[in-house]
Amino acid sequence: MSQIPISVTVDGLTYDDEVEPRTLLVHWLRESIGRVGTVVGCDTSSCGACTVLMDGQSVKSCSVLAVQANGHTVTTIQGLAEGEDNWHPVQAAFKECHGLQCGYCTPGMVLASIDLLQNNPDPSEQEIREGLEGNLCRCTGYHNIVKSVQYAANTMAGKDQPAELTGGAR
Amino acid sequence: MTDTLPDKLETLSPMGRPLRRKEDARLLHGQTNWTDNIQLPGTVYMAILRSPMAHARITHLDVTPALSEPHVVAAYSAKELGDLNGAVPCVWPVTDDMQAPAFPALAVDKVRHVGDCVAVVLATDRNAAYDALDAIEIDYDQLPAVIDLESALQPGATLVHDGADSPGTNECYTYHLPGTGIPYDEAKTKADVVVKRRFINQRLIPAFMEPRAVVASPMGVSNEMTVWSSTQIPHILRVLLALVTGLPENSLRIIAPDVGGGFGGKLQIYREEILAVQIARQLGRPVKWTETRSENMVATHHGRGQVQDIEIAATKNGKLLGMKVNLLADMGAYLQIITPGTPLLGMFMYPGIYKMDAYDFNCIGVFTNKTPTDAYRGAGRPESTYAMERIMDELAAELNMDPMELRKKNWINHEDFPYATIAGLVYDTGNYEAATDKAMEMFDYDSLRAEQQRRRASGDPVQLGIGISTFTEMCGLAPSRTLGALKYVAGGWEHCTIRMLPTGKVELITGTSPHGQGHETAWSQIAADILGVGVDDIEVIHSDTGRAPYGMDTYGSRSLAVGGQAIKKAAERLIEKARVIAAHQLECSVDDLEYVGGAFRVKGDAEKAQPLAAVAFEAFSAHNLPDGVEPTLQAESTVDPQDFSYPHGTHLAAVEVDTETGKTTLRTYVCVDDVGVQVNPMIVEGQVHGGLAQGIAQAMYEGVEYDEDGNLLTASLADYLVPSAADLPSFTTSTTETPSTTNPLGTKGVGEAGTIASTPAIINAIVDALRPMGVTDVQMPASPQRVWRTLQEAKGGNA
Amino acid sequence: MIPIAFDYVRPTTIPEAVAALVASGEDGKILAGGQSLMPVLRLRMAAPSVVIDCSEIADLQGVRDDGNSIVIGAGTTHHDVMNSPIVKEHSPLLAMATATVADPAIRHRGTLGGALAHADPAGDLPAVALALDGVLSVTGPNGSRDIAAADFFTDYFTTSMAEDEILVSVTLPKLGAGWGYHYEKFQRTAQGWAIVGVAAAVHRSNGNITAARIGLTNMAPSPVRASSVETALSGADATVKAVGDAAASAADGTRATSDLHAAADYREHLARVITKRAVLTAGGI
Ligand SMILES: Cc1cc2nc3c(=O)[nH]c(=O)nc-3n(C[C@H](O)[C@H](O)[C@H](O)COP(=O)(O)OP(=O)(O)OC[C@H]3O[C@@H](n4cnc5c(N)ncnc54)[C@H](O)[C@@H]3O)c2cc1C
Ligand code: FES
Ligand code: FES
Repeated sequence: MSQIPISVTVDGLTYDDEVEPRTLLVHWLRESIGRVGTVVGCDTSSCGACTVLMDGQSVKSCSVLAVQANGHTVTTIQGLAEGEDNWHPVQAAFKECHGLQCGYCTPGMVLASIDLLQNNPDPSEQEIREGLEGNLCRCTGYHNIVKSVQYAANTMAGKDQPAELTGGAR
Repeated sequence: MTDTLPDKLETLSPMGRPLRRKEDARLLHGQTNWTDNIQLPGTVYMAILRSPMAHARITHLDVTPALSEPHVVAAYSAKELGDLNGAVPCVWPVTDDMQAPAFPALAVDKVRHVGDCVAVVLATDRNAAYDALDAIEIDYDQLPAVIDLESALQPGATLVHDGADSPGTNECYTYHLPGTGIPYDEAKTKADVVVKRRFINQRLIPAFMEPRAVVASPMGVSNEMTVWSSTQIPHILRVLLALVTGLPENSLRIIAPDVGGGFGGKLQIYREEILAVQIARQLGRPVKWTETRSENMVATHHGRGQVQDIEIAATKNGKLLGMKVNLLADMGAYLQIITPGTPLLGMFMYPGIYKMDAYDFNCIGVFTNKTPTDAYRGAGRPESTYAMERIMDELAAELNMDPMELRKKNWINHEDFPYATIAGLVYDTGNYEAATDKAMEMFDYDSLRAEQQRRRASGDPVQLGIGISTFTEMCGLAPSRTLGALKYVAGGWEHCTIRMLPTGKVELITGTSPHGQGHETAWSQIAADILGVGVDDIEVIHSDTGRAPYGMDTYGSRSLAVGGQAIKKAAERLIEKARVIAAHQLECSVDDLEYVGGAFRVKGDAEKAQPLAAVAFEAFSAHNLPDGVEPTLQAESTVDPQDFSYPHGTHLAAVEVDTETGKTTLRTYVCVDDVGVQVNPMIVEGQVHGGLAQGIAQAMYEGVEYDEDGNLLTASLADYLVPSAADLPSFTTSTTETPSTTNPLGTKGVGEAGTIASTPAIINAIVDALRPMGVTDVQMPASPQRVWRTLQEAKGGNA
Repeated sequence: MIPIAFDYVRPTTIPEAVAALVASGEDGKILAGGQSLMPVLRLRMAAPSVVIDCSEIADLQGVRDDGNSIVIGAGTTHHDVMNSPIVKEHSPLLAMATATVADPAIRHRGTLGGALAHADPAGDLPAVALALDGVLSVTGPNGSRDIAAADFFTDYFTTSMAEDEILVSVTLPKLGAGWGYHYEKFQRTAQGWAIVGVAAAVHRSNGNITAARIGLTNMAPSPVRASSVETALSGADATVKAVGDAAASAADGTRATSDLHAAADYREHLARVITKRAVLTAGGI
C-alpha cells in the first residue's frame, strides 16, 4: 500500500514523515518519532492509556490514524513541561497526591485530567470520576487520582489546598 | 546522647514519613523505559498464531507459505523449532504423584485452550509479521472442550491430556492437610449447628495495564543473551530460562525495565519469553514481541477459579468447633510456574483469625481446556478469606446473631499471641480488637444498622446492606525451609548490597523487583535512616541481573517484609565496617565511637568527628586503612525470613441494592489495616486503595466467562469489566500498628491485604441487604442480573 | 493489534466522498470519528480495501436551526452535539443521551452520523433519533433522499442506506414548550454500553400526560418504539401509578436478545422498570 506524506506538530516540533495509512497515531508517535511516553494498553479503545491532546482536546491515539493527524497539533505527556524540573500543575499534583503507582496509565490519566479541567475548572468528585471513566488504572483504585485532580484544580485556581489533599507532612 | 548531637538529624529520620516518590518525576514526564520502547538495530518482530479452539487436534500445519510474505525472516511451528521448543516449567510439584504434563512453548499435535501458541512468524516489520500469520496453513479437528470442574472429574470425561503417559483422568493432584487439632468429624458431633455452603470463586484476569513484552538480544557483549521482559521476577526467570533453554546461566542477563503492573500475572515464565530467547539464539538477531490486549486476555495466566465446598460446625452459642474445606481448583490446560501450588497458598488461611478445634482441608487440582491459572494478587488467600468470611455471616444468620458479635466470640484475642493456629501456623502478633473498634467507629455501624431497619420497615425498593470482613493473611514469602517442606523447588530469601561510593553517594542493590510499589523511595528511606545520609543520595538498583545479581523478586507481599531485613542488615554492616576505618582515622577505639547524624563522633568530644562520606573516600583511596581492612565501603546481606508475618484488618462496606433492577452501589467503604511498622504511610495507603479496587472488582464486576466450547467471552476490556473511576467510591482507610516480631523492622506486608479483605465484605453486604427476602448467597460477580435473578429465585418466582 | 492494510482517501466534499465510495465497489469504508471503526479494524474483523475519511468534510459538520426543526451534520462530534446551544435548547434529549455515550475522549472524535450509520443495537443515539421522529438525509450517486428514523434501522449493524450512500445529516423536530425529556441508561460500568436504554419525551398539560415518545435501546436488533406505552400514556394521569401501569407493557413487541451481559428476560424486566423511571423523570412526576 502506498505511503502517505504527513506533517504533524508534536510537543512543539513539526515532523514531516510518510506513513502507511493503517498506522495508528500512537504507533507513529512511539515507533516513528520516538515519543515513547505515550503507551498502548488495549485493542478496543477502552483503556485510555494512549490518550493525547489533539488540537487541545483529549483523544485516544489508538483510534486515530496517523494520516488523520496531518496538519494537526498533538501534545503528549512529554510535551507538557520539558525537563524533569518543570512541572505542569497536573503532573505536580499526581506526584503530590500519589496518583500513580506503576505509571503505565499515567500519561493518559494526566492528559485526560488536563482536558477535564479545561472544560470544568472546578469539578466535583463525581464529575472527576465520570470525566476519567475512559481511563483505566489497575494500581491506584483511583482514590488518589481523584485527589490529584482536585489538587491540580486548586493549584490552577490559585486556591489553598485543604488538609485532606496534602497527605501529611513529609 | 543529645549533647553530642549538634544537628537536627534525629528529627529528620525518613522512616515512617509519607515521602513523595522518587520514581514519579520520570514517570510523570513520560521518561519511561517500558520493554516495548526498546528498539534494537536488526530486530525481528515475532507474531504468534494462536489456537482459536479450546481443544483440537492439529491435522495439518504448514508454515512455509508465510516465508514468502514480505519482510518475513523465519517461521516456526513445533516441527521447525525441534529441540528449541522448550517446555514451560512448573516449580511446585505439590505431590509426588502430581500429573505434570508437558507444556511445550509451541503446541505439539494438539491445542488445549483458546490462545495456545501454534506457530510464530518473524519479520523485520512488525505489521508484516502479523500479516503473514494469515499465510500459515492449518487445519484442526475439533474435540469436545473440558470446561466444568465437576464434569471434568467424571469417569469417561474427555481428557485434556491424553498422551501415552496420561493417568487417564483430568485430576492433576489431590492434596490433604489435616489440621493440628482433633478430627473434624469428631468436632462435628458436638455441634448444634452445621452450615454448609458452596462458593464459586470465579476466574479473574490480572489485567495489569502494561501488556507483556519481551526483547531477547543475543548481541550483547561477551556472547551475553540479554532479555528485557515485562516481568516481576527477573532473577527467577534467569534461572528458569537457563534450565529451559540450556543456555549457560552466566551468559543470561535479564532486565525488567519499567514494568506496568503485575499483580501476580507477571510472576511467571511464559511461552513467549522462551520462544523469543530460542529464536533470537537461532537467528542471531534480536527478537521482540509485544502482547496485544486480545492476546493478554487468553495467554496471560488467569487467577482464582475454585469451587469451594465449605462446612463449619458450631455450638448454639456461636462457638466455632471446626471447619472442613473441599476445593476443586481449576488448573486450566497446563501447569505454569506455581499453578498447582496457588490454591495451597490459601490452605493455611481458611481458619483466618478464629480459634477452633478441628480443621480439614482437601483440594483437587483439575485440568480444563482453559487458559492456565496461577497467582493473582493474594494467590490462594483471597479465596480462603472469602470462604471463611462468607460462611461466618451465614453462621451468624443461622444463629440469629450479629455477624460482628460472632466474630468477636471466636477471634484470637490480642493477649493470646503468639498463637498456634489449627492450620499449623504461628501468628506472631495482632490486635483484632483494636482494628475493629477503630473501624466500627469510623463506619458508624450502629447508625447504619438503624437506617437499614428503617428501610426494611418501609419496604424501600433500595435496600441497605452492611458487610464485614475481619481478615488476616500470611505474607512475606517465605521461609525457605517452609517452602522446601511444601515441595516448592526454590527458597524465599532476599538480598541487598549497599555501596558507598567515594563521593558519598550510595548505591543500594536489591533483589526485589518493583513494578509500581515505590521500592526506590521506601528502600532509600530504610537505608537513609541507618546510614544517616539523605534519601536522595541513595540510588536503588534493581531488576537487572547484570547490576543486581541476587534476588528472589517481588510477589506475595514479600519485598519489604523479607527484602527490608536485608537492607537493614547490609546498612548496619556497612556502618560497622566504616566504624573500624573511622576509629583508625580518629585514632580511637571503635567502642569510643557513636554514629549519629551521618558522622562517627568520639563520645564526649564533640570536636572529634568523621563524616561517613570521608570514611568512604578513605576506603576508596585506601591510603591509610587499618591492618586487615579491605578497601571499598560496601556490605551485603542475604536474609532468609524466620517466619511469615500476618497483617490483618477489619473492613466494613455499606451497599445499596436496587431490588427492582438488581444493581448494587457501593456507598461507603471503611477499612483499618494493621500492617505493622510503616516505612512510608503514603505508599501503604496507595497499596490498600489499589487492593481494594481489585477485590471489590471481583465481587461486583469482573469474572471470566467461557462458553461450552471453551471460547473466552470476556475477551477484551470492553467485555471484561475492569472498573473505572466512575464505578468506585473514595475509601476511608486507616491503620493500627502492631509490629511484627518475625522481622527486625516490625513490618508486615501490604501488597495484597486490600484485595484479600474486600471481596467478602462486599458480598456479605449484598447478602445482608437481601437476607430478609430469603437470599443466602449471591454468586460473584454480583452483576445486577445475577442479584435480580437471585431475588426472583428467593421469592419463588420463575426466573 | 494493527489493521490489515488499506488505501486511504480524504475527500473534502460530499460528492467526492460519494465518488470515492462508488469507485471502491463494495470494499470501501467511510471513516467518520473512527471510534467504532478503528477497534473493528484493529481486531481485524473488517478489511476494507479503502478507507474514505470524511472527518474533514466541512459540509458534514455543525448544527443549524431550521425553523421547526434542527439539522445536525452527520460529522458533528458527540462533544459538539452535547455542547451545542441549539441542541441543548431544542433537543435536550439528544444532548443528554449523547453525554452518556462512552467517555470524553471518544466523544471528541465520535460523531452522531457515525453512531447512527453504525447502528449498534446497544448504541444510545439510534433510539433517540427514533423516539424524536428524526429524519436522516443520505446522499448517493443518484442524489439525495430522506429516510425516516423508523425506516432507517433495519437490523443488527444494518441500515436502509445503500452501500454507496453516505449519511449527511439528521433532522430532529424541535421539542417545544410542555415537553419534558429523559434518557435513562442501564449499564454495568460507567464506560459500558447500555444493557437497556430508554429515551423518553413526555408532553404534559393540566396534570395529564398528553403525549409521549419512547425509544428503547438494545431491546431488539435495532431500536424500537415502546408504542403500547406511548398509547397508554396518551391522556393518562400524571401519576406514579398511571405511569407504572403504562410502563408494564414496555417490553411488548420487543425482540430482546441474550448475550454475555444480560439475558432476554432480564432485559424485558429492565425495559419495564427503566421505562417507568424515564417517563417519571421526563414528566417531572
Ligand atoms: C470504548 C467505547 C465505548 C463506547 N460506548 C458507547 C456508548 O456507550 N454508547 C454509544 O452509543 N456508543 C458508544 N461507543 C461508540 C461511539 O459512539 C462511536 O463514536 C460511534 O458508534 C461511531 O461513530 P464514529 O463517528 O466514531 O464512526 P466510525 O467509527 O468512523 O464509523 C462507524 C461505522 O459507520 C460508518 N459511517 C460513519 N459515518 C458514516 C456516514 N456519514 N455515512 C455512512 N456511513 C458512515 C462507518 O463506515 C463505520 O462502518 C463507544 C465506543 C468505544 C470505543
Ligand atoms: S490503547 Fe488506546 S484506549 Fe487502550
Ligand atoms: S498506576 Fe499502574 S495502571 Fe495506573
